[in-house]
Amino acid sequence: METRRDVFQAIADPVRRDILNMLTHKQLNLNSIAENFDISRPAISQHIKILTECGLVTINQQGRERYCYLQPKKMSEVSDWLEPFRKLWEERYTKLDALLENMQANPRTKKPKRKKS
Amino acid sequence: MKAKPETNIIAEPGRMDVSIVREFDAPRDLVFKAHADPELIKQWLGPKKYEIKIHYYHSKSGGSYRYSVVDKSGHAVATFNGAIHEVTAPERIIQTFEFEGLPERGHVTLDCTTFEALPGNRTRVTVHSVCRSQADRDAMMASGMESGVNEGYEKLDALLTKTA
Repeated sequence: METRRDVFQAIADPVRRDILNMLTHKQLNLNSIAENFDISRPAISQHIKILTECGLVTINQQGRERYCYLQPKKMSEVSDWLEPFRKLWEERYTKLDALLENMQANPRTKKPKRKKS
Repeated sequence: MKAKPETNIIAEPGRMDVSIVREFDAPRDLVFKAHADPELIKQWLGPKKYEIKIHYYHSKSGGSYRYSVVDKSGHAVATFNGAIHEVTAPERIIQTFEFEGLPERGHVTLDCTTFEALPGNRTRVTVHSVCRSQADRDAMMASGMESGVNEGYEKLDALLTKTA
């Protein structure tokens, strides 16, 4: 099975979005991240593992603690998360533009039998 | 080539709704008709490389619709249905929207499309879509992300060239 590892996979889960939000303020170790959630530490570890695999979070060993911090360059891809949804509608509406232009240019070729109710 | 109007998406974090705002270089009656006549809807609603097959579409207050997105061989890749609450020409269409491919039923959105006449025979269309939860809203955006990324710009470029 191929596992997706990109920024969209990273932000698809609400816990991971919360973790990313926390890390925008400062770097945190695993414990201080985990205490913000009601789910198990292994589950948090798994989320952080996914975030590192997606390239959004890097782990830095400092003494005995492992600190997580954000990769700002990758995060800019997340800030554009609306863009593909926008493109989907843009694509649709570009077709509608063409249709409307056609309707205005050739009013009689469009369903001449149907009267507007 | 005329400058293409921007499609604006307003989706604030932590909310259950999304708005899509777009202006069209056509009078309001016509833009409304393109949203209310099934024969016209099927010409633009589908994603790239796919066609729309309408199972039924009763475009009126108290009506309903069901359509599939089909590939070139006629195989349905996704089916959608909804109840049509209100069709008021030429200003407003309110309907529900449900993707039938989800693991469970009930993840419906309420979509209100408004048509606003602008000077110079232009029209502003606003689609306000309200989901039942934040999670539903985010999932809907995520599905847009995937298809948007996968589909790219090819068909759009082709259309732009044709209409230029």
